[in-house]
Amino acid sequence: MKKSINILFFLVIAAGLVGCNNGNDKRSSSKGQGGLATNAAERVYVAPGEHDEFYAFMSGGFSGQLGVYGLPSGRLLKVLPVFSQNPESGYGYTEETKPMLNTSYGFVPWDDSHHPDISQTTGKLDGRWVFINGNNTPRIARIDLKNFETEEIIEIPNSAGNHSSSFITENTEYVVAGTRFSVPVPQKDMSIKDYKGNFKGALTFISVDPDSGRMGIKFQLMMPGFNYDLSHPGRDKSHGWFFFTTYNTEEAHTLLEVNASQNDKDFIAAVNWKKIEEYVNNGGGKKVPAKYAHNVRDEHTHTATSTMLDEVLTVNPMDVPGAVYFLPTPKSPHGCDVDPTGEYIIGNGKLSADLTVHSFTKMLDAIENEKFDGEAYGIPILNFEDILAGVVKQPGLGPLHTEFDGKGNAYTTFFISSEVVKWKVGTWEVLDRQPVFYSVGHGMIPGGNSREPFGKYFVALNKITKDRYLPTGPELTQSAQLFDITGDKMELLLDFPTIGEPHYAAAIPAEMVAPNSRKIYKLSENKHKHAVIQDSDVRVERDGKEVHIYMNMIRSHFNPDNIEGVKVGDKVYFHITNHEQDFDVPHGFAVIGANTAEMLIVPGKTETLVWEPKQVGVWPFYCTDFCSALHQEMQGYVRVSPADSDIELSWGLGED
Amino acid sequence: MKNVLKSMAALAILLLVSCGGKEEKKKDGIQIGQKPAATETPKEAPASDVKPSQTIDLTNKGVGPIKNVDIPAEIDEAMAAKGAEIYKMNCTACHKTDKKFIGPAPKGILERRTPEWVMNMIMDPEGMTKNDPLAKALLMEFNGSPMANQHMTEEQTRQILEYFRTL
Repeated sequence: MKKSINILFFLVIAAGLVGCNNGNDKRSSSKGQGGLATNAAERVYVAPGEHDEFYAFMSGGFSGQLGVYGLPSGRLLKVLPVFSQNPESGYGYTEETKPMLNTSYGFVPWDDSHHPDISQTTGKLDGRWVFINGNNTPRIARIDLKNFETEEIIEIPNSAGNHSSSFITENTEYVVAGTRFSVPVPQKDMSIKDYKGNFKGALTFISVDPDSGRMGIKFQLMMPGFNYDLSHPGRDKSHGWFFFTTYNTEEAHTLLEVNASQNDKDFIAAVNWKKIEEYVNNGGGKKVPAKYAHNVRDEHTHTATSTMLDEVLTVNPMDVPGAVYFLPTPKSPHGCDVDPTGEYIIGNGKLSADLTVHSFTKMLDAIENEKFDGEAYGIPILNFEDILAGVVKQPGLGPLHTEFDGKGNAYTTFFISSEVVKWKVGTWEVLDRQPVFYSVGHGMIPGGNSREPFGKYFVALNKITKDRYLPTGPELTQSAQLFDITGDKMELLLDFPTIGEPHYAAAIPAEMVAPNSRKIYKLSENKHKHAVIQDSDVRVERDGKEVHIYMNMIRSHFNPDNIEGVKVGDKVYFHITNHEQDFDVPHGFAVIGANTAEMLIVPGKTETLVWEPKQVGVWPFYCTDFCSALHQEMQGYVRVSPADSDIELSWGLGED
Repeated sequence: MKNVLKSMAALAILLLVSCGGKEEKKKDGIQIGQKPAATETPKEAPASDVKPSQTIDLTNKGVGPIKNVDIPAEIDEAMAAKGAEIYKMNCTACHKTDKKFIGPAPKGILERRTPEWVMNMIMDPEGMTKNDPLAKALLMEFNGSPMANQHMTEEQTRQILEYFRTL
């Protein structure tokens, strides 16, 4: 691991240098800048032993994980396993973590992770949790920033393509999950051709316990069968509202590339969640059967449990008058972004030449004065002209997402023209544009989705890499680019590779997270039911065909390290407790022929790996994480006898 | 060439015969550097042959956070009981109370070490093996297996020490 981080680090530096040269050559801007011409290298250089200024949590895209990077260096600090099995640590392979990946479809070892969002209090980042959505088998995960572990995953029923997720309200009251694909609700066997008017789009509001972070579905708003693409919360003055972009208001079910681009305008759905919350708290809504998994990891037992739930509360928007409105927005809007004051809602129409900015104040006025321009499935459509705050004229091609620097500027990414455009909120004038390499998706400013952004850097999360790095066959890693945005003009500082396909990202000043980061799990707080806390608890027990080995480990031995009496056909559980109480002394465990992965056990934790020996013999196990000068001595043997053998279980360490 | 082979074979037989005469049974494994008892050189003065673990040093307080500990004559049984619990959880993976295991046995330790030295060894094993000559020698005696830092507080360490007094 450490080696590969080193390699990555060199790659980053090498790529950075190459990238800057290329940037220099290709830049159309008049200034002859670039990594070597300016002091860009100095500004991203974090000297050996020093730390980065920000943590950046970047979605792992189709890896299903969450990448943790340091900014400004772009160094990969860790890959946190979330929705996918991770053989490096044993996540999703050990008995303790397998329940995290349970769903109503059974064990699903992969997902497509998209939009991380950091918890907030009064609209400001509080650094407690990161939420992220699994797009494919709809789920929302909560990662705890003390443990840097996935602590909870909740499945979203009635949803498909969990894309307008996982964005939080400004006191983390709710994490919101909207469906990209509308589906029959409840699911049933019906002709696809009958989509229009019959499918539903569920917008799910998941409450978050302010102390524990525990999630629970509060209600699902059953909207018309459009595609709900992205969303963002209202904040400050617009707190209490949530905004979702829609496309395919045509309700096409085939060849969407053409058929979903027919309407001149689609909508941003404005949802007054406070109003619906009140309705629900007063007994409103309808409970319907729905099967979904809720998986929680306990910090003291280090063990996840999966509970299958069987009903969910649904709300028909028609039953809560005044709760939902449609804001007409040109041409299949993708990103839906709200500025730090909460006044402006920006709809980035993918196929539009202009950026549309709605005014929250005007929206309230239009609602009050019923300035409607029709309705869709009974939901009022507000009059476009009456709610329009302004238009950013012809800023580029293919706008996707907008972030804010807290100084009155907005930064919009353009996929087709492959650039980032800085414009002024209020005057809508374009201030600067910089090319990116290539085809940027999301952009990210630390705290850019809050009342108080830290407007120092902008990270472009590019979709296409091409010639930015040394070729590595047909498939390249994705590419991020770091800009300094403290001056009038954005300045490209660094390219760095990212895992999977990072969609959105969220970053926070390191000092808000680093001091709370856990160093060890205390043995005295270990409540795992198979923990070996005292050496006298070391034992091996047989229960029919199951053999349970209760083992501990410390530099540099396993206790026991010789085990006999195991037979072919047994299912052997290694329950191993790491007795180290020192920072960064994990031990690994691997046994020959195990059909799983290794497991990496951090100090004070207990984990369990199952091994089903298939052949008679004497088989070794060993520590996989170089732990001490005697790491190579950290090994043991299991004797496996024929199934009909009468050899009794025995175990030991040293010759007693 | 043939002759060489023949004489080699003869030599080998000779060697085997001569060995068979001396030893009853061949031992397994590797035996290296074993000299006949008769040619063994006389042992050096016993003082220099004492293992670091058996060395008695009741003045050295070691290097670390503990500068001075007052030890009342009476053992505080409650404190010792707490120490025993902590010891069981955090230390027994490497230490058995009355015999050498991965590390030395704590029984009788205060007959050979100052209480300060013992506490510093528990609280800062890295610092001790780096800066205290005796701790450094102990690391070699115990196969280079370092004592793990279990991050005991001073209070916990003092309780462990009290437990050691009861052994």
